[in-house]
Amino acid sequence: MSAPYAKLPAWADYGLIPLINLFVAFVVAGFVVLLVGENPLRAAVILVEGAFGKGTGIAFTLFYATTFIFTGLSVAVAAHCGLFNIGTEGQAYIAGLGIAIVCLSFDSTLPWWLTFPLAIIAAAAVGALWALIPAYLQAKRGSHIVITTIMFNFIAASIMVYLLVGPLKPAASQAPQTRNFLAGAELPKLNWIIELFGAKIRSAPLNVTFLLALVMAFLVWLLIWRTKLGYEMRTYGHSPKAARYAGISETRIIITAMMISGGLAGMMALNPVMGDQHNVAIDFVSGAGFVGIAVALMGRLHPVGIVLAAILFGMLYQGGAELAFEMPAISRDMIVIIQGLVILFAGALEHMFRPYIQALFASFSPRSVGMEAVKGKGA
Amino acid sequence: MAQAAIELIGINKSFGAVRANRDINLEIGRGTIHGIVGENGAGKSTLMSILYGFYQADSGEIRVGGQPASIKTPNDAIALGIGMVHQHFMLVDNFTVLENVILGAESDALLKKSIAKARSELERLEREYGLEVDPDAVIEELPVGLQQRVEILKALYRGAEILILDEPTGVLTPAEADHLFRILGQLKDQGKTVVLITHKLREIMAITDTVSVMRQGTMVATRETRKTTVEELAELMVGRRVLLRVEKGEAEAGAVKLAVKNLTVRDTRGVTMVDDISFDIRAGEIVGIAGVAGNGQSELLEAISGIRRAVSGSVMLDGKPIDLTGAADPGELRDRGLAHVPEDRHHVGLVLAFEENENSILGYHDDPRYLKGPFLNIDAIRNDARDKIAKYDIRPADCRLKTANFSGGNQQKIVLAREMEQDPGVLIVGQPTRGVDVGAIEFIHKRLIAMRDQGKAVLVVSVELDEIRSLSDRILVMFAGRIVGERGPEATEGELGLLMAGIEHQEAAE
Repeated sequence: MSAPYAKLPAWADYGLIPLINLFVAFVVAGFVVLLVGENPLRAAVILVEGAFGKGTGIAFTLFYATTFIFTGLSVAVAAHCGLFNIGTEGQAYIAGLGIAIVCLSFDSTLPWWLTFPLAIIAAAAVGALWALIPAYLQAKRGSHIVITTIMFNFIAASIMVYLLVGPLKPAASQAPQTRNFLAGAELPKLNWIIELFGAKIRSAPLNVTFLLALVMAFLVWLLIWRTKLGYEMRTYGHSPKAARYAGISETRIIITAMMISGGLAGMMALNPVMGDQHNVAIDFVSGAGFVGIAVALMGRLHPVGIVLAAILFGMLYQGGAELAFEMPAISRDMIVIIQGLVILFAGALEHMFRPYIQALFASFSPRSVGMEAVKGKGA
Repeated sequence: MAQAAIELIGINKSFGAVRANRDINLEIGRGTIHGIVGENGAGKSTLMSILYGFYQADSGEIRVGGQPASIKTPNDAIALGIGMVHQHFMLVDNFTVLENVILGAESDALLKKSIAKARSELERLEREYGLEVDPDAVIEELPVGLQQRVEILKALYRGAEILILDEPTGVLTPAEADHLFRILGQLKDQGKTVVLITHKLREIMAITDTVSVMRQGTMVATRETRKTTVEELAELMVGRRVLLRVEKGEAEAGAVKLAVKNLTVRDTRGVTMVDDISFDIRAGEIVGIAGVAGNGQSELLEAISGIRRAVSGSVMLDGKPIDLTGAADPGELRDRGLAHVPEDRHHVGLVLAFEENENSILGYHDDPRYLKGPFLNIDAIRNDARDKIAKYDIRPADCRLKTANFSGGNQQKIVLAREMEQDPGVLIVGQPTRGVDVGAIEFIHKRLIAMRDQGKAVLVVSVELDEIRSLSDRILVMFAGRIVGERGPEATEGELGLLMAGIEHQEAAE
């Protein structure tokens, strides 16, 4: 009775099913909009137009997407190794410290293209070190990674609050944040790319970190599917027993995977800190780490899927803000509900429609679902 | 034939795109023992699950005692007098026999009355069918043979007239199996109907009245047992002629390749599973370890292959020691020429979610042949996998297919190809043909003997006595963590069976 499902063609598996799930999520969200007395179709139009209608909207969508690509990749790398890194939030937050140190030290002396690589290294290193402790505890002491990474989120938050109201705050300032960075730590915008296509942009924070995110997505793909390390991580992720049998060290693989995951989470901080706010402020991560879990799940742990899912969530963020502005009855909480529904249908109920679609495929063309290949299953 | 107890008419069942049962017709006579045989995945378990209400058939009709029946849940089945003894027992380990028997059949809110009623009923059943079990014994303290009796009692207590047993002898010693068959005989004499699902043809021949053969989801034949032969049944199961016993020449044993000395292994709970075991394996011989499952064979294999730490003892590979109590890991042992085909291919030997070619380097992924710096050499890996697929006739011949989509026999061939093609000096194999179809068994046995003839030292651990007897040049019998006897391949099944049950322990030691 193993694997009662036959396999679907890849385009249905990775394209059709997520789209159906997404569609259902929006239909249910539409009912909620109806419930608060607004027109769901108009809401949908505002949402999509807000995200993609104008150049500014697109730039904002991609700015948010950049953040989610990093956190999504972070969660995915750990997940391929069978580890649920819930600590992306804290790892990104604490990485702000590394970025702050680099930027505050060098922004008056170095140009951005020298500060940026240093800040990347600092952000990744701090994020990785923050993941190292839970990883070590899991590998050596068996402390569950979910529990420890959640707790490390709180520790990171407390440390950052302490630093931002104390040592890192300029003496004269009332705001719990560092001083604003100088030009040497401000990343160039990418708005001109969108303007190339003729769209107008007033001001939007889309910056070169977006390109870094795409590069990291490619490198993660390379790591997971093309390197020995990725092979070992996947082996451990699917079956710790098989990894033991294959002579893969449990301690080494858990620590390595978690540090890579933490490093990616740390890089997320570059986007808002150096690309947008130009300072490190309290709570600048604001839940992006948790959204990363949804992005990774929805993207089926594949970098291409993660980039697409991140853009979808970027759209929900940007379009949602427009929606809250245009329709007074819909507050930001409503956007959280829509996001929740997307997570519910695309993540948790991912396989809800699968059997029906498989039956459908089987009845139309048995060959496409590999009938011969799965002979001898199901008993 | 007597009046039918059960009739299945035109049963169809699909899982997604897989048709597990197609158009099954079956009639089971009242008061008979009816065997159902077939390879793994032939659809036997699915069919019985439909009968017992775990699954619903997509189409078709079930009649019980001539009346059309609608069986939607196991409770419906029980109400119709159908009882099932599962392959994996459904007992609460820390409950007594009595508590397990009434579980789900309690008649009052307070247990006292139910228990009193059950006790007298249980005593009657035990007398009637020779099913002696102490009603107050705790399940986890009972040997498996007795646990199985509790399962049978559970079914009878619920008024079962028709008893389905799924692979009942997998965990039993030959003596326990004989006792079970006597019980089944008594049940039959009392007018009960027994359906026996198994892949062991010998059992079918020994106790059934009629036998039905399934292949790839269809019912291919039903025969009266005394009018058929093992050969005919095997051929029906596989769809072609099968050699049931491998032919092999004399062993030419050479130098000692692997020497195990005073090895002791404990499991995670700290229970000693392998107790001070010593033996040698020479080049060019197959040593078989026989024993009932759970007598320390698994732990022995895991220790020798470096997966599980040993507590004490030494192991010499090619005359050089390996530190099984400390630093040695499976990777190091592989480098030194010890290949291991693990018992549990689904969780240990393979990663089912991987493509076939990814599994064909598992454990050898450090080999420079498969690497380009830190990167996998995808072309080399896939070409290598294609070579192995051709050489070992792995089907379907697609190295990009997900491993879970191969049948049990082909999965086992993937593991064997990987381990054998590394040209190891020592090959240790756990349950070489568990869950493997008859056709592939023949192939695997031939390969193992070919390895022996190339001068490799081969250690085979199997709970299938037939397999041990037909493959081994020397047979070691394990009982309760110790080797209780060594015999040649000519040893009779009865002799080995007694050793496996630990009965001749004293005599064997002399």
